[in-house]
Amino acid sequence: MKAIRIFGRGIRDSFKSVFRNFSLSTAAIACSSITLILVAIALILSYNVENITKDLERELTIVVYLKKDATEDQQKELENILDNMENVDSYTFKSKDEWKLEMKNSSETLNTTLEYLEENPLLDSFIVQVKDVNFLKETSKKILENEYVSSADYGEGMAENLIASFEVIEKITVIIVIALILVTAFLISNTIKLTIFSRRNEIEIMRLVGASNTTIKLPFIFEGFILGCLGSLIPIILTIYGYVLIYDHFNGYVFSQLIQLVEPFNFILYVACILVAIGAVIGMFGSYRAVRKYLKI
Amino acid sequence: MSLIEVKNCFKVYNNGVTAVADLNLSIQKGEFVFVIGASGSGKSTLIKMLYREERPTKGSVIVGGINVAKLRNSKVYKLRRKLGIVFQDFKLLPKLTVYENVAFALEAIGMKSEEIRPKVLKSLESVGLKDKIRSFPNQLSGGEQQRVCIARAIVNNPKLLICDEPTGNLDPKISKEIVNILDKINKESGTTIIMATHDKEIVNRMKKRVILLENGILTSDYMKGSYKAHESN
Repeated sequence: MKAIRIFGRGIRDSFKSVFRNFSLSTAAIACSSITLILVAIALILSYNVENITKDLERELTIVVYLKKDATEDQQKELENILDNMENVDSYTFKSKDEWKLEMKNSSETLNTTLEYLEENPLLDSFIVQVKDVNFLKETSKKILENEYVSSADYGEGMAENLIASFEVIEKITVIIVIALILVTAFLISNTIKLTIFSRRNEIEIMRLVGASNTTIKLPFIFEGFILGCLGSLIPIILTIYGYVLIYDHFNGYVFSQLIQLVEPFNFILYVACILVAIGAVIGMFGSYRAVRKYLKI
Repeated sequence: MSLIEVKNCFKVYNNGVTAVADLNLSIQKGEFVFVIGASGSGKSTLIKMLYREERPTKGSVIVGGINVAKLRNSKVYKLRRKLGIVFQDFKLLPKLTVYENVAFALEAIGMKSEEIRPKVLKSLESVGLKDKIRSFPNQLSGGEQQRVCIARAIVNNPKLLICDEPTGNLDPKISKEIVNILDKINKESGTTIIMATHDKEIVNRMKKRVILLENGILTSDYMKGSYKAHESN
């Protein structure tokens, strides 16, 4: 009963002091708003970058051409081998006739050239998608080991450069997000520390009249929670409206069909949840740290 | 058993200053004790050790059965709930009304709201401030603020009231009023009172037990003492 009473008074007092110390509360909320907006931007950017690189990686395939004299049995055998290869995600068979049709459709010149040739000069092929693009080279080499395979092409050089730059970009965005979260944590917890510093008399008197440390900490931790949540409100509204606006403006694509943005829903809601969580946790942690300092005598 | 038992107590601050040296003291329930001495004599340190604002470096300070020297930081509230403290600078919360300031002490220890109200009103009545319960501290005179501080200190019926120069900021007439209130509390509810003071006139008039500290050493302890008695020594 007593614990519930103390808990209830803690919540009441925390709301009271948010309003009674209005200017300091506003400062703390503004500070966390600004930093959380930066975090939101970084989160959205990094998630989009990751999404785009995943999309591009999916485009990276190995095209395996069989030798001209490969028999149907050998083709079956290769299918078996591909089935058993660890890094092979999926593959499709593309016969030389399909290639021919595609080439004929793609240009007029090729169409007429191919018409003149009696025999189809093209090769049967498999288009292989891998699980991990980092082992693209190894996988293609392994496929090439089979005697009836004439070539296993994966865009050597270009693909490797692309993969390397993806990795760098991903690492950079992760570092930026983490750095921003740390900066936010530091800024919010310091601002809340300032608001509590201005009330160290209150803490001292509470201690002098016999309030237990838990009773003293409780309202301050709630206050940090409230300030953190209020601070995440504006960034959430901004990210939801802002992102939907940007997405609609570009029709979901940036520059070309190749670079596709993440759909706003439910992605933006996850971002909102992360922002509230960061604000609330850091707010609580910041005020906990600040109060603890004044409880040590 | 006595309410306060100080044995072989030393207090050395981090900067090397010895504030209290080999102090032995015993105070019984219901006593009214003045602690006097010049500035820097260690009387504030003694007072602060009684409510565990400071810890003795050596020896023991036992207040109401609790050994202050061994009291953990997180358990300090158990001691503080047994005593009331009156400060020279009042230590009232400026944003709370008189009533709220006194109720604050009871809310902090988790008392029920319906129990708090009669206690606060009774306590404010005993210091003669019942008509000012809605005022804020900055609307009160120094004497009135000190009475709020006393009301807050006695609201939980403590066995011991510790007063650290409660009249230090007040003029002689008001000081007299404050001491009269303390005397009344001592007589009516049997609360033990320890009061550190500089005020010769009060000490001489009251004829209570007087403890004199000089450079951290207890030099005299007289029943019905006065400044004069000490000075003649």
